[in-house]
Amino acid sequence: MSLFSNTTVLLGKELRTEFRSRELLTTTVVFILMVVVLFSFTFDPTREESRHFGPGLLWLAFLFAASLMLQPGFLREQTNDTLSALRLSVSDPFAIFLSKICANTLFLLITELVMLPIFAVLYNVPLLGVVPQLALVLFLGSLGLSVTGTTLSAISAQARMRELLLPLLLLPLLTPLLIASTEATGALFAESPELRWDWLAFLIAFDVIFLTAVWLFGEYLLEE
Amino acid sequence: MTPAETRPIGLHFENIDKRYGALYALRRVSLEIAAGECVALVGRNGSGKTTLLRIAAQLVRPSGGKLTFSPTPSAASPEAKNAGFVAHATMVYDELTAQENLLLFARLLEIKEPAKRVELLLREVGLFERGDSLVRTFSRGMRQRIAIARALLHAPAVLLLDEPGTGLDPQGVSWLAETLRRLREARATIVMSLHGESEISALATRAVRLDAGAVVADTHTGVSLRSILTFANA
Repeated sequence: MSLFSNTTVLLGKELRTEFRSRELLTTTVVFILMVVVLFSFTFDPTREESRHFGPGLLWLAFLFAASLMLQPGFLREQTNDTLSALRLSVSDPFAIFLSKICANTLFLLITELVMLPIFAVLYNVPLLGVVPQLALVLFLGSLGLSVTGTTLSAISAQARMRELLLPLLLLPLLTPLLIASTEATGALFAESPELRWDWLAFLIAFDVIFLTAVWLFGEYLLEE
Repeated sequence: MTPAETRPIGLHFENIDKRYGALYALRRVSLEIAAGECVALVGRNGSGKTTLLRIAAQLVRPSGGKLTFSPTPSAASPEAKNAGFVAHATMVYDELTAQENLLLFARLLEIKEPAKRVELLLREVGLFERGDSLVRTFSRGMRQRIAIARALLHAPAVLLLDEPGTGLDPQGVSWLAETLRRLREARATIVMSLHGESEISALATRAVRLDAGAVVADTHTGVSLRSILTFANA
């Protein structure tokens, strides 16, 4: 019960601070839109090419956005040593991670929601028929990005060269997630769209494994 | 809400070492701090005071030795796990208001009637009128008041203060001294790092001097309190 109430309180704090400043959301949305628009101008893809390369491009853009968005997660807590205050106050340190994971997933989903209609128009990919299935893939993929990125952000925040460390650790670790998300999205963009349960199962397994690892070892990552 | 409602807690440092690479921040520090004691930690910059306080708060794991509490904290009485800690940094969020900050920590600490407790503390630290202002608009002294209020939210049985007078004006120092006096009377265990004599150091029932990470003087070994405090001022 404490974990749930601590997480809820901390999630409220994360949302309040972000929606008050809108620093992360604004920066990430602008960045991701630039990536998608620039790719569109550079390649000028046909509808068939978009179906083929679009999913990979989409998830690469999400990955870049995530590495930009997740970096400040724990860095912000170091400014006034608020991480220590949180560690002294919560009954379960996993609440600190869980609240940040929930907040980051939500911020990523908002960014994706803004980007998808623009992607659909620029790349001529019809999405209307597969919205619920796509939402499921996006949720599972974004959750995986958030879990891994938030955890690595806790590690990199305490290191020197922290700005470089997060993408360096994050990109290779997320390769399996990137492949699974791209394949699942690709199947939805096909002429006859289908929900690939094998890739969805992979995404669910990835999320569960990393969440369990954070639950088991997260406390050690917060130590000085 | 006073520490009297919780059990008094003693701290036992046994041969504590703390290394950062090859550098020793603390060397075989052994201290028995009884429940209800008010200890002043003194020493030059880099002598290990902050590290010792952070180990006492269980924010830093020692490289060697062990820290124990008496009585041992349990799930039913976890007081020692939730020490009140005032650090060099304010430990509050600049992007939140004073009230939002205190409410956040009050809710995390699962304090009953958090809004009431926050209002009381804001009045005590003289920031009730500025409760709705963002902390980033506060002066250093006001931030320190909020930092102290946050540490006192749950009336902790153990209070750890790292140079708590930093940034406070004379009225602020008097308020802090009075607050600590009340906590001492309520049998809270207080450990504070200080520089020299002040209204706050006058509350100490014991002084310990650290040098290069080791305890070099302790009033428990017969050295006078005043000589330890004044040496630190030299």
